[in-house]
Amino acid sequence: MSQVNPEISQKELELNPNLMEKPDTLTKIFIRKFMKNKLAVVGAIFLLAIVLISILAPIISPHPYDQQNLLAKLQPPSADYWLGTDRYGRDIFTRLIYGGRVSLLVAFGSVLGAIVIGITVGALAGYFGGIVDAVLMRFVDVIISIPSIFLLITIVTIFGSSLQNLIIVFALTSWTGTARLVRGEFLSLRSREFVLASKTVGTKSYKIIFTHILPNAMGPIIVAATLLVGGVILSEAALSYLGLGIQPPTASWGNMLQDAQNYTVMLTAPWYPFFPGFLILLTVLSVNFIGDGLRDALDPKTLE
Amino acid sequence: MSTLTKKDSNSSIITDSDYILEVNDLKKHFPVKAGILQRNVGSVKAVDGLSFKVKKGETIGIVGESGCGKSTAGRTLIRLYEPTAGDIFFKGRNISKMSESELRRTVRKDIQMVFQDPYASLNPRKTLKSILLEPMKTHNMYKGKEREDKLDELLDRVGFNPLFINRYPHEFSGGQRQRIGIARALTLNPDLIIADEAVSALDVSIQAQIINLMKDLQEEMGLTYVFISHDLSVVRHISDRVGVMYLGKIMEFAPKKDIYEEPLHPYTQALLSAVPTPRKKGAAPRERIILKGDLPSPANPPAGCVFHTRCPAATAMCSEKVPEFREVKKDHFVACHLY
Repeated sequence: MSQVNPEISQKELELNPNLMEKPDTLTKIFIRKFMKNKLAVVGAIFLLAIVLISILAPIISPHPYDQQNLLAKLQPPSADYWLGTDRYGRDIFTRLIYGGRVSLLVAFGSVLGAIVIGITVGALAGYFGGIVDAVLMRFVDVIISIPSIFLLITIVTIFGSSLQNLIIVFALTSWTGTARLVRGEFLSLRSREFVLASKTVGTKSYKIIFTHILPNAMGPIIVAATLLVGGVILSEAALSYLGLGIQPPTASWGNMLQDAQNYTVMLTAPWYPFFPGFLILLTVLSVNFIGDGLRDALDPKTLE
Repeated sequence: MSTLTKKDSNSSIITDSDYILEVNDLKKHFPVKAGILQRNVGSVKAVDGLSFKVKKGETIGIVGESGCGKSTAGRTLIRLYEPTAGDIFFKGRNISKMSESELRRTVRKDIQMVFQDPYASLNPRKTLKSILLEPMKTHNMYKGKEREDKLDELLDRVGFNPLFINRYPHEFSGGQRQRIGIARALTLNPDLIIADEAVSALDVSIQAQIINLMKDLQEEMGLTYVFISHDLSVVRHISDRVGVMYLGKIMEFAPKKDIYEEPLHPYTQALLSAVPTPRKKGAAPRERIILKGDLPSPANPPAGCVFHTRCPAATAMCSEKVPEFREVKKDHFVACHLY
């Protein structure tokens, strides 16, 4: 961290013109710091590639995702079927990139929802404290004490397991951790002196929350969000395993994995469970790396 | 003081126009809650009956040991905390019960605060410029070019080259950050500045710089200061009148000269005897008054005079009757049964 001497005179400035250089903006510093974290950069590139491929699935895919070919079932990877075929002779590569659309949409959509709910509840509880805090946090305790897998099963059974329903259900069951985290951050930040200074100036509460407290709480929130993304991908896989997730023939990484959970399949066609499983692993891992990178890059106190 | 107590809380005119701030029996108690039902089981009497008046343009020093309620007093004065009881008259207006929106409309811009920790008092994610612009935007002051001029003027006043306006706080040292904090407090041209331990986090040489800057600004802008500190020599340097606090109450309040040269209250005497002073070779060392025991808990303050548990001159009466805070000499107020 280089400190500058703000008292220098105009004369000194003329002698030393590089002092006149405009300082870097926070965004520039942020990008530079993020780029220094190689794992995070690799994670970001990987995730970007997955997202791009998923979006372009209809153009890229060599086969229709639901085309069965019972003559070519459980084929090993070949020139025609790049990653082999499944139990119905469907191309695994095609299904993986279509499955990516569903899995990533469910993951990012529901995490976005969960984060928004979590931040709202946590911010209200932490900033206002007192009775607001007590009521909201007891509510959070109640939600946490309900085993989420049973809640998921119940809601999905009642309302069906469409894509929107899954997103809503995951959002509604996974915001509690974020709410607690945000509340804690707000509790500590609201008594920091720069927040008090803002109050003595007369800044309104919502402005204090959005310009002073929330930006300083973003680090932990982003880390929590990335962990949630991984968690939701795995939960979706778990629900699919129970047959309650995305319904075939629509592909998701979870229901592909479930389809492969069969003794003979695992023995005779090990690539079938391997590819969706490995993709889930890599995606969750890169999301976590990105989270780490973001946290460090967003913290103005970490050195470059 | 008696004329003040009778005054109607809603009255907005006071006769003593010399006084910019009048504090009348101000109390701030923090409730202590326990159990799952969060019942009140008591209260910490952080500030317990504070009364003083501040003249326009003067500097009031508030001294006391850690935990005596100085900072709470400062924060209650500026209404960061809700007062439990008592009145605060600022420029004749009772601000102790005003709502936040009323405060924002009337006095927020006239009373500002300089905080203790220069590393915690500036948002690390904001540039100098947006830190200084926030107060102007909140109160819709200055437009366009005027804003730029005001920013330049503020930075100039605290000795910053305007070139650094787009820098972030972490690029500056503690003393420089404290000057940014002062510049922020000056943005709205306040009348009163409450400085809560404004220099205690800084090196001694930097302390002197900041204190002198504050003194210069006072002269140029006609500011009034309430300067809260635990440092007796800093307070002596900057104050016109000094209040000595102990356990949420003011023990002695007098012009600086009286406090430092003829302290009346035994607590003030003990405090002053702890200040190291240079003496001539061969001169007898000044007698050091050592107080016994610790500061009692403000959750359960002693009956009678709060200082009687540690007072070297305590009598039986001290543990029963609360001494009245009264003027024993001209401008010299003491709360002690000895006088």
